[in-house]
Amino acid sequence: MTREMTGAKMVVQALKDQGVDTVFGYPGGAVLPIYDEIFQQNDIRHILVRHEQGAVHAAEGYARSTGKPGVALVTSGPGATNAVTGLTDALLDSIPIVVLTGQVPTFMIGSDAFQEADTVGITRPCTKHNWLVKETDKLASTIHEAFHVATAGRPGPVLIDIPKDVQFANGEYQGPKPSASHYHPTVKGDMQEITELVAAMETAKKPVFYTGGGVINSGPAASQLLRELVEATGFPITSTLMGLGAYPASGDNWIGMLGMHGLYEANMAMHDCDLMINIGARFDDRITGRIDAFSPDSKKAHIDIDPSSINKVIRVDIPIVGDVAHVLEDILKVWKSRGRKTDSANVAQWQAQISDWRKVNCLAFTQEGKTIKPQHALARLEELTKDHDRYITTEVGQHQMWAAQYLGFEDPNRFMTSGGLGTMGYGFPASIGVQMAHPDALVINVAGEASWLMNMQEMGTATQYRLPVKQFILNNERLGMVRQWQELLHGERYSHSWSEALPDFVKLAEAFGAKGILCSDPADLDDAIMEMINHDGPVIFDCLVAKHENCFPMIPSGKAHNEMLLGEAETQGVIDSKGSVLV
Amino acid sequence: MSALHIKKGATRHSAYNLRPNFSDVQERHTIAVLVENEPGVLARVIGLFSGRGYNIESLTVAEVDHTGHLSRITIVTTGTPQVIEQIKAQLGRIVSVHDVHDLTVEGPSVERELAMLKVVGDGEKRVEALRLADIFRANVVDSTLTSFVFEITGAPDKIDAFADLMRPLGLAEIARTGVAALLRGD
Ligand SMILES: Cc1ncc(C[n+]2csc(CCOP(=O)(O)OP(=O)(O)O)c2C)c(N)n1
Ligand SMILES: [Mg+2]
Repeated sequence: MTREMTGAKMVVQALKDQGVDTVFGYPGGAVLPIYDEIFQQNDIRHILVRHEQGAVHAAEGYARSTGKPGVALVTSGPGATNAVTGLTDALLDSIPIVVLTGQVPTFMIGSDAFQEADTVGITRPCTKHNWLVKETDKLASTIHEAFHVATAGRPGPVLIDIPKDVQFANGEYQGPKPSASHYHPTVKGDMQEITELVAAMETAKKPVFYTGGGVINSGPAASQLLRELVEATGFPITSTLMGLGAYPASGDNWIGMLGMHGLYEANMAMHDCDLMINIGARFDDRITGRIDAFSPDSKKAHIDIDPSSINKVIRVDIPIVGDVAHVLEDILKVWKSRGRKTDSANVAQWQAQISDWRKVNCLAFTQEGKTIKPQHALARLEELTKDHDRYITTEVGQHQMWAAQYLGFEDPNRFMTSGGLGTMGYGFPASIGVQMAHPDALVINVAGEASWLMNMQEMGTATQYRLPVKQFILNNERLGMVRQWQELLHGERYSHSWSEALPDFVKLAEAFGAKGILCSDPADLDDAIMEMINHDGPVIFDCLVAKHENCFPMIPSGKAHNEMLLGEAETQGVIDSKGSVLV
Repeated sequence: MSALHIKKGATRHSAYNLRPNFSDVQERHTIAVLVENEPGVLARVIGLFSGRGYNIESLTVAEVDHTGHLSRITIVTTGTPQVIEQIKAQLGRIVSVHDVHDLTVEGPSVERELAMLKVVGDGEKRVEALRLADIFRANVVDSTLTSFVFEITGAPDKIDAFADLMRPLGLAEIARTGVAALLRGD
């Protein structure tokens, strides 16, 4: 189907044809023709954010909670540069988003025109791919290709830079058709490698599944197949921050999150296992700790759709390049056809060992006195919200790790957090994107007071669109995670890790026309949380918590999995000079 | 307090020693990359090398298939086997890249480079330069009474050797194309 229309109209038409229902954006001179087209239609909702960074994080939240690509639309120059953090965030967490930027007209490119920036140049290293479209005739096909690239293989952010004259000019509209480009990554794993993995599973005495965001990115089928495989084999399973929810926290074989602030039992299992099955994770440095002491005695298998992830950090014995769902399906098929074998006696013993580790009860805390412990606040939040249709986003810091530790995720796409880039300011706009995609769900952003301030202007968006997002701020009046590192590494010299001059969050909420709740007494906590849940509208919940609580367990930088710190008493002089250069 | 007996300060190695198991022998590889001939594609490839800290010893690029809009980039790089593998995998990840070939592994291959050398001098030196050029099968493509421009093609080390010989004879300027390489046989 080809039709003649303006470039601006093509943009809207192409988005519709791609099934887009929501665009997060902010107008400006270089995108006015597109905004004019948006004005004249009702199929696509445009959400006016208050800062372009917010638009991109909201698109990420939308994408992560739906599995569909998120879309953001921003103007040239400052609009595009404000989008850079979100693009980088999406690149590191492999989130499919499509960002459209306006550009000065083609005949002015290179002249330092008003609001000109080399957008494709700036965003080349922080997108999976990007395009500058110089001819209106190529605009529609480029947009369709952009959706293909964003979602095919390892997902990621893409950007299309559209000069204003291209938006005004007429051209032939092309509808979507199967991508003609050469870009079609392998999804099916090599059967020989898969068979080798199955053989290793049959004889493993101390196996562990180590899963990551790739399971969630692969789609709901991958989580289903993972659950089937875990139940059928009885192998224990841990996950990265990015993969939480792919296997349910209430599942029998769940041993908790692993990594720098992961659970004792999960990290010990990783260290001592004899077969590690990495499914869609990438041996990130937050996970491995000290590389040369990482799981020294295990055979390692790695399933990843991106060949560059394999052997990048950790050398693996069984590399399988493919899409998680496809590969899991084949693993199950082969394993069943070979008689569903496992070394169940030894695996049971292994499970018993893990149960012993679990008895360390590494997340234990005592809530006493008149101050709310942040762990307690999250434990109560979990208790009071777990039966809701609930989505959680987070900011970055201690509260993020506590959220991962104390909240239980039963399904994929329910936990949205900035893992790879660790972007303070991610959680609030992401919660807006999630709420747009799931209008009736309970969407909670677990925040630190400092992170939350980074994109607090989005309160305007939340109230304008009546999005009942709950901003659950664990307010320790500290850049808590920074403070923790200063305590461990820098002789307790707390350089600039105070949150000074904080706003009155209740008044701030009210100033935006939203509801504010202050809670400082443990005795009031449950009622206050219920009040937050029951309020039909956006809420800022200012939860005053203990100021100097540290986040444990912790694998200090440069240490191995079995060198975890479990509590305050162990923190003295623990990171040596080599570890201290690490972040 | 903990169930563990943590050896405090026990780390002997920096965690930046990311590849303790991998050989740390530096290898030189010639990699041919077939890319879509579109604006920015060279920037993507070069940006990958600078962004991830890989070496480029030489890089050449030109369109090789006009109708298919394909260019061939030939990169000579050095690194440990692990880094070389990463370079290839990362190149393969670039959306505009069609194909990556490690000619050093897939070889044997032939490598050629073209260089032009300006040699300035007179008398004995000038004669000697001409004599050596003949031995190296370099052509004279420009000459004045006090200078020659030689054109030489060959493997990079042959060009190095020729340049070394020309240096005492008045080598004033050198321009090299970088390596182009093809697999031998069919
Ligand atoms: C944009 C950005 N800047 C700086 C940092 C470094 N950083 C990591 S955690 C943190 C403190 C976060 O404080 P808060 O949001 O109050 O969370 P808390 O750790 O107190 O729970 C900082 C500054 C970051 N991750 N992101
Ligand atoms: Mg804080």
